Amino acid sequence: MIDPITLSVIQAGLQQVCDEMDLAFSRAAFSPVIAEADDRSDGIYAANDGSLIAQGARGLPVFVGTMQYSTRTLIEMIRAGKVAEPQPDDIYIVNDPYLGGTHLMDVRFARPFYRDGKIWCWLSNTGHWPDTGGMVPGGFSASATAAEQEGLRLPPVRLFKQGKLDREIYAIICSNIRVADQRIGDVQAQAAALKVGEARLNALLDRYGDDTVAQAITELRQRAARQMRSFIRQIPEGEYRGVAYVDSDGVVNEPLVIDLTITREGDTLRFDFSRSSPPCQGPMNSVLATTLSSVYLAMRHIFPEVPISAGAFEPLHVIRPEGTFLDAQYPRPVSGCAAEVSQRIAEAVFAALVEALPDRVTAAPAGTSGNFALGGFDPDRGRNYVMYQISGGGYGGNADHDGLTNGCSTIGISKAPPVEIMEQQFPVLYRHYALREGSGGAGTHRGGFGLDYEVELLRGEARASFVMDHGRFGPQGVLGGRDGAPNIVEVWQDGQLHVPEHLSKEQDIPLRPGDRVRVQTPGGGGYGKPEKRARSLIDEDLRLGRYTKEQIRRDFGVDP
Amino acid sequence: MASRGKGAIVGVDVGGTFTDLVLLSPDGRVQLAKVPSTMDNQAFGVLDALDAAGADLPRVDLVVHGTTTTTNAVLERKLARTGLITTQGFRDVLELGRRTRPQPYGMTGRFSPIIPRDLRLEVPERLLADGSVRTPLDEHAVEAAGRALLTRGCEAVVVHFLHAYANPAHELRAGEILRRFWPNDHITLGHALLSESREFERGVTAAVNASVQPLLERYIARLTQELAARGYGGDVLVMNGNGGMVSAARVSREAAKTVMSGPASGVMAAAYTGRRAGIHDLLTYDMGGTSTDVALIRGAQPAVSNEIELEYAMPIHVPMVDVRTIGAGGGSIARVNDAGLLEVGPQSAGADPGPICYGKGGEAPTISDANLLLGRLKPPVGDGDDKAMRAHVEAIFAEMLGRPLGLDAIGAAEAVIRVANTKMAGAIRMVSLSLGADPRDFALFAFGGAGPLHASALARELGVPRVLVPCRPGITNALGCVVADLRHDYVRTFNRPLDGLDEAEIHRAFTEQIAAGEAEIGRESIALDGIRHIHSVDMQFIGQTHLLRVGLDTATPSRAQLQQLFERAYWRRFHVELPEIRANLVNINTSVIGLRPPLDLSTLIDPAERRRALGDALRETRPVRFEGAWFDTPIYWRDHLPLEMEIRGPAIIEQMDTTILIEPGDLARGDDEGNIIVEIKGAQP
Repeated sequence: MIDPITLSVIQAGLQQVCDEMDLAFSRAAFSPVIAEADDRSDGIYAANDGSLIAQGARGLPVFVGTMQYSTRTLIEMIRAGKVAEPQPDDIYIVNDPYLGGTHLMDVRFARPFYRDGKIWCWLSNTGHWPDTGGMVPGGFSASATAAEQEGLRLPPVRLFKQGKLDREIYAIICSNIRVADQRIGDVQAQAAALKVGEARLNALLDRYGDDTVAQAITELRQRAARQMRSFIRQIPEGEYRGVAYVDSDGVVNEPLVIDLTITREGDTLRFDFSRSSPPCQGPMNSVLATTLSSVYLAMRHIFPEVPISAGAFEPLHVIRPEGTFLDAQYPRPVSGCAAEVSQRIAEAVFAALVEALPDRVTAAPAGTSGNFALGGFDPDRGRNYVMYQISGGGYGGNADHDGLTNGCSTIGISKAPPVEIMEQQFPVLYRHYALREGSGGAGTHRGGFGLDYEVELLRGEARASFVMDHGRFGPQGVLGGRDGAPNIVEVWQDGQLHVPEHLSKEQDIPLRPGDRVRVQTPGGGGYGKPEKRARSLIDEDLRLGRYTKEQIRRDFGVDP
Repeated sequence: MASRGKGAIVGVDVGGTFTDLVLLSPDGRVQLAKVPSTMDNQAFGVLDALDAAGADLPRVDLVVHGTTTTTNAVLERKLARTGLITTQGFRDVLELGRRTRPQPYGMTGRFSPIIPRDLRLEVPERLLADGSVRTPLDEHAVEAAGRALLTRGCEAVVVHFLHAYANPAHELRAGEILRRFWPNDHITLGHALLSESREFERGVTAAVNASVQPLLERYIARLTQELAARGYGGDVLVMNGNGGMVSAARVSREAAKTVMSGPASGVMAAAYTGRRAGIHDLLTYDMGGTSTDVALIRGAQPAVSNEIELEYAMPIHVPMVDVRTIGAGGGSIARVNDAGLLEVGPQSAGADPGPICYGKGGEAPTISDANLLLGRLKPPVGDGDDKAMRAHVEAIFAEMLGRPLGLDAIGAAEAVIRVANTKMAGAIRMVSLSLGADPRDFALFAFGGAGPLHASALARELGVPRVLVPCRPGITNALGCVVADLRHDYVRTFNRPLDGLDEAEIHRAFTEQIAAGEAEIGRESIALDGIRHIHSVDMQFIGQTHLLRVGLDTATPSRAQLQQLFERAYWRRFHVELPEIRANLVNINTSVIGLRPPLDLSTLIDPAERRRALGDALRETRPVRFEGAWFDTPIYWRDHLPLEMEIRGPAIIEQMDTTILIEPGDLARGDDEGNIIVEIKGAQP
């Protein structure tokens, strides 16, 4: 039995190995999506089944659960002889969503970590590549109907063989993706991070002994499970239902339903999604790993105290949602799962548990990554470009305070790019970039406010694509609070207003100079009855122009 | 350069709890003082400290001041009422931020912008990214907005236009218009402090500057008045966050630069002490009651960052000593979590009620209490009833920590220290790595009230071979004020591929930066030993967003030299070579430093107090707990130690302002500057 102090020390040590990998990856990376937005994650996974041992604290939340499935699948495929046996210093690359992934752009590297000639554990990381081919630059298609349209799909192959980059595999990848010339920098950064992890983990094992660390890992897993179980016991026994809606799949204009029943049984929670919509034609299907990860990250938002470890997930029993769009099978398109469907799943978890845990769970957050891609040709610079705008929205009100304004997506932690940088790089002009007044759902603690921005194309021709959500339904208010305002996309072509048929999703909308795109992102849901809101807070909102007098009268039921 | 240099020099640092002062007389005598800070008007604390040190103000030549006026103002949002005039469509930039949340997990958190929404006004004007005008400035609108802000009670105003870094014309013109009727000088133009793109960061920096400017100006005016009334006829210099000083008359113009004044002084003192001791690479470790500050010094120069984030969504992008704060201090609270694991911090008992052993009603076990149980600290209360206090602390440790962990109170106390040290060591390692440095290449400079108590254990954990404990760890910040140099920093952005750059243009930029700095320094009336220039460039591979700073030992580097230095630095950091990709030169940096005459630090401990033999410095022997066993440990009094001495641990050295723990096997020796240098057993240099 290992003493609790050594345990704490090793726990911190494992965490630091992962944090250092995260840091090295971001600092050395080229793509802003990794270097600035930290759309990546690094971790340590068990040799026998890939279960999560530790993961970087600043890794992208949606990867919290996926990487152990990706690593597990790789281990199983090696055992089954479907993938080549590893050698020391090898690194596998894989981005197949159906093999424990998210969307194709999330590329996973896995490196066997050896002690005394045997694999002791796996070091893996995921990085969001800016492009992996497919019908839309950047990969966020709004209307793909098969995986092949979404990009290049890589099974696990050894991109590095005994430390050397396989130039042949690399050449195939580069021939199938856009802006390939800078990918070598990201590939080297992603590999360097794993190498940093190897050095640090070796130091940790040398210091405390392989057996002690192995024991500590087992013990930590059990303790994380115990901690999660003790939190679960705070939830009264019974069934809880949460429902969330995806606007549409981008192809068929009908809402998709996530219908979740959570049952607290003893000190476990059972998650049943079986009443959700069947698989869809468009790219809003979710692969199983992403569905599971979304449940885990939602629970971690509720109980952030529990360390990230496979043990934390043990008491969470997710029934495989076979036959629904939350268990996508090849060749169902999945490009919307990591950025959008995942957030709706988290929202269903929040909605189900808010009454049982009113002090911990918030009303629904904006819950969309707000992907707006603009691809075109800049005649002044004589080159093609792909511009991405991601945007935040309001967070839900909570027991203690109003929701945050313009928070990042539930599944991310990334920053949005500055307007000045966007205008330097692309032939666009932002006409405004403002707080979206009136968007926060009314409540005792109101939702945070969304963002309202408008972009004008200055020169050349371009095509706009949107993969967003919450256009049909605003983020849900809870405990008597009202819903936040839904997402609005408006395109002005030659002075004519065009609203996407699917509201929040459409691709390849042609734009000419002077045409404009305006996006108003969702506000957060309100928490508690609006009538109970403190008068001083209502007066302040009015003074600061956050709501009009009419809105206050209508939504808060008071005379301003 | 006028130089008087015949009177005394005073360094005074106003911290959150105490105001510390060092007075150096021309005859080499040193007076120290530590008095409670007076936060409502910090000048009173400064005057109290001067009284306590027996300062004869007419005979003082120079007062150098480190202040937390601006830091506290921002953190507590006790700011001057400030308005913003900005580009139409963009008044909410300061509130929207960069779309983040305070922590990765947990969908809660709040943020309140520096300038409230009703004081943020828009005017028609618009520049494009290349600096060309798309919409001309509406001058009438500027005047109307300015007058409206005055009517709403604003004392300071910020003009912040999109792309003003590329073309400041609209901001300059708006400034002229405002100056016609604005009743004071508190007009900050966004591009003036920081001429770089990123509208949120530049806007916040300007807004912080404007909203602390009136406060700093009033405070400095009060202080100089009070000093003058007592016969002081010299200059007041204020410590800037970059570790250099600037005269009181000019400090409020760029008030945002004083936001890290206090912590920067401490790091400057560390750099100075290290340089004189011949130890040029240091990690500074300043552990106080609620938090710990860590900074990196390389080649006797503190690492400086242009991207400090004071708190969540509060970036201040002016060059400041890169001090990182860790949420662990003597008052950090220990508890056993639901998984049965011991956690220390981030909750803190603060100064009130403080740790249990303060006897002010604290009931939560803290790091200080653990040190008390292990015999490392003595109870700070002087009422003599040490035993009762110990028993009280012991009971709480046994009940709250020992029982769930299956340990006795002493075992629990050891566990608290071990976990706290692991956590602090991990955080220090992350700080140094994020600055591109391996902690094992550094010595640990321990200061603050609690730093020297934990430093040796941290050093061992980090693989740091040596710990340097200065003469007066508890007043290091005040010392920093008297040893700091004058300093002016210049950044010029090129952001162009290295291949296409004209070498002469780079050399000219360096020359201009040197000239500007020397002109600024020439205006100060301070005795100097000389002027130094530090040059560096910030580079990246084309397509990257992060920068790597590359130091230069010349102001006339060739392109080939720059390429080679950059590639070498990149390899050191990442072990990656990228021959396929070209390099980008982003910034050219110069710091112009006016060097102050050297000070002998050994007199910080009165030489007359020192004893000849080590044995004469021994106060008592008491049992102290190390590595699971009690050791009869000699307790020495620092002021009595001979300058040259060696102590093999276990031992404790006590002094007025701190306690130094020397662990079993470690070797402490004194150097001729009065420092104690501890060689750490088992740490490989």
